[in-house]
Amino acid sequence: MSPNIDPRGTGHVLDIDHLRVTFATDAGDVYAVKDVSLEVNPGEVVAIVGESGSGKTVTAKTILGLLPETAISSGAVLINGNNVISVSPAKLRQIRGRDVAMVFQEPSTALNPVFTVGWQIAEGIRAHAHGTGGRVSAKEAKSRAIDALRKVGIPDPENRVDYYPHQFSGGQKQRVVIAAALALNPGLIVADEPTTALDVTVQAEILQLLRDLRDKYGTSIVLITHNMGVVADLADRVVVMYQGDVVEEATAKVLFAEPKQEYTRKLLAAVPHLGRNSASEGMTARAHQDRKVLVEAKGLTIEYPGRLGSPGFKAVDGVSFTLSEGEVFGLVGESGSGKTTIGRAIAGLNRTTGGSLKVLDYEMLNLKERTFKPLRKEIGFVFQDPAASFNPQLTIGDCVAEPLIIHSNPTPAQARKRVGELLESVQLPASYADRFPHELSGGQRQRASLARALILNPKLLIADEPTSALDVSVQAVVLELFKDIQSEFGFAALFISHDLAVVDILSHWVGVLYKGKLVEQGLGTQVMGNPQHDYTRRLIASLPVPDPDEQARRREASRSLLAG
Amino acid sequence: MSTDSPTTTYKDPRASWFRRLPVISHFNKSVGLQRGMLVTGLVLTGIFLLTAVLAPVIAPYGFSQISDADGGFPAQQAPGGKHLWGTTVGGYDVFSRVVWGAQTAVMVIVVAVVMSIFIGVILGLVSGYIGGWLDRILVVIADAVYAFPSLLVAIVMAIVISGGRSSLWGGIIAAAISITVVFIPQYFRVIRAETIRLKAEPFVESAKVVGASNVRIMSRHIFKNATRTLPLIFTLNASEAILTLAGLGFLGFGIEPTSAAEWGFDLNKALADTTSGIWWTGVFPGLAIVLTVLGLTLVGESINDLNDPRLRGRRKAASGKGGPDSTAGAQAAIRAEVSSS
Repeated sequence: MSPNIDPRGTGHVLDIDHLRVTFATDAGDVYAVKDVSLEVNPGEVVAIVGESGSGKTVTAKTILGLLPETAISSGAVLINGNNVISVSPAKLRQIRGRDVAMVFQEPSTALNPVFTVGWQIAEGIRAHAHGTGGRVSAKEAKSRAIDALRKVGIPDPENRVDYYPHQFSGGQKQRVVIAAALALNPGLIVADEPTTALDVTVQAEILQLLRDLRDKYGTSIVLITHNMGVVADLADRVVVMYQGDVVEEATAKVLFAEPKQEYTRKLLAAVPHLGRNSASEGMTARAHQDRKVLVEAKGLTIEYPGRLGSPGFKAVDGVSFTLSEGEVFGLVGESGSGKTTIGRAIAGLNRTTGGSLKVLDYEMLNLKERTFKPLRKEIGFVFQDPAASFNPQLTIGDCVAEPLIIHSNPTPAQARKRVGELLESVQLPASYADRFPHELSGGQRQRASLARALILNPKLLIADEPTSALDVSVQAVVLELFKDIQSEFGFAALFISHDLAVVDILSHWVGVLYKGKLVEQGLGTQVMGNPQHDYTRRLIASLPVPDPDEQARRREASRSLLAG
Repeated sequence: MSTDSPTTTYKDPRASWFRRLPVISHFNKSVGLQRGMLVTGLVLTGIFLLTAVLAPVIAPYGFSQISDADGGFPAQQAPGGKHLWGTTVGGYDVFSRVVWGAQTAVMVIVVAVVMSIFIGVILGLVSGYIGGWLDRILVVIADAVYAFPSLLVAIVMAIVISGGRSSLWGGIIAAAISITVVFIPQYFRVIRAETIRLKAEPFVESAKVVGASNVRIMSRHIFKNATRTLPLIFTLNASEAILTLAGLGFLGFGIEPTSAAEWGFDLNKALADTTSGIWWTGVFPGLAIVLTVLGLTLVGESINDLNDPRLRGRRKAASGKGGPDSTAGAQAAIRAEVSSS
């Protein structure tokens, strides 16, 4: 049975026609999807891109009939002639898995931890055999699960079919999720941010896998993502959504080369592009070396204690670097590389266990909160998630003034004045001081967070992934602001991120962390342009750039790099 | 009916403080059956509270009154005439005793719950935030108190505190303290769990990074965020407090009828009447207990459901077009952000 044949003869695997989705919320109706029409041809990869709130995920969920009870949808979503919006629940169950399957964002939560992966893949096979009256023997289900695992490139599938999800790495788990989606050979796979939770090197592998599926089995893919690099890498056609509407639709090449709409142009311009707009552009030697050294790590080791009997986990292993006054040091690494641990250790949130870490001449190895407290006013910290780093019960003004009140005990009028100044310098109106954190957008909150970190005029600022929770257009604004303020205030900064392109925009000096070790450091342009360490090379090669042609070249290059 | 207003209006939380009060805000976001449950609970609770406050006005006689100007009350008189709900074997007016009993119940609830909230919240905050051996010891003690049947603890406390029975305030305090002891572990556990969760939140860490002291972090940052669930436990515990008080009274550890009216005590005295067909001495105090507990539980359960977005019912979204765009504020903010780039 070829699922790609459409009884109505339109030749489309998926046809969305004037879809509207409305949610009932406490604050009244929310129009998540206003009027979306699109179609997907057999063997085509269509990317739906947009920022948060654009309705792209809601559209994806509608395709599988996964909307919550509070949603009301109208229009038509045709899969093989069946309208998903109006079919009966029994019919919908038949369509799911057989005609269309879903790959979720977070592979570790999409798999049930108490069943083997083979069982979970076979579940769909069994459910559909049941629906058509037949039964699938345990043996046959298992052999089909093994086939599915082999298809997605899991080594040794005969044994690993009996493994539990926790025995796989993050990338392999995503492969298992894709295997489960493939088990019944659906004509269409909906992938909702399939690589967002993965490291960039793993992302490249998963994108390669999805491309292979399309090439080998002719599977159509609807790819939901906010990452323009991923779009450039994989998509044939792109649909840009903004606030529930389709703004622009074009083939990937045309869209990236000559975007027609204002919004698309802005979106593309905001995407950080490796090698452009580098902070270390034109530098030949490390700057600020004549100034005082603020942070000095020598053989820094941070170990998390293991459970009774098992050895501890070394998050940071013999790292040495210095950070001078006025310098921006970018720390790059994938998850688990220890970059956040280093940042937290400098701020005194984590204890160091070996080597030496001197922050403003204070040895952190024997940290005592009482003696370290006076130095805290010299250190600012910007957290990753701006929504969580503000006390929801206090106004922005109270939150920003908090360091000032703790360290200098000002009068309310003085505190207010200073908060107003700081808010204006991060380009927020001073009147925002009276608002509560939830009344600000993500970017505004992160600016307020920057204002809080800077209110005491610190010598050192630690920014831990300050833009990774933000939309790309907002990220561009916040990065620009960060750059301006850094040159205006002249503080030293440790900028931590997993995104090479973002780090390159801000940092003069870049360090690459891999499994707790600092494998390479140097000028941003040098590290990005001429990487020395194998891992850095792989990292840079895996990073998709928002340009389909260039990305295709890079893909070839990276494949030969991995093969060689 | 503008779908896209250029000026962003943010709601000012201080102007609408009244609508943000626990029960009021819950009422506003409830619909259908859930609103019915909440309203029933609120009405029952309201009657209970009003009766307690206005007892001197409502009750025709005092709680320990057995005679008036016309002479002594007849014993075990059926409802009707001078005595609306009849009289007991001791000659007390049942209606008056039930009304005055509401007052006793409210006093016990207030004293017991206030004491257990204060102690439970403080212990929970300290235990959760400081952690270590202090936390372990407090948790073990809380567990030990949990292991006792609550009524047994209450009886022991009643004996220890007042030797079994006593005057109005002595009785109320004894009952309240025994209920407090049983309830502290509940508040302690809830607040401790919330504190441990909040301790790892970035906003607490950001307070640590700027050098805030432990006391400041606990009082300014954790306290307000950890106490959101208190209205719920409060209502549920209030109903349990009434049951414990009634149980104590029924078992004979309550308050002397000459000091105050108490539903449990009256039920106990009504036991002997049932066999002789005298129903009114037992039914009315019993109904009072049932309706009060029902009212408080309904309020508590409704708040619980309404606090959870997954359990909360909503009006169906209008499938038509138009209507004010409720996300206009957030979207305008995003738009401003994008256009400023």
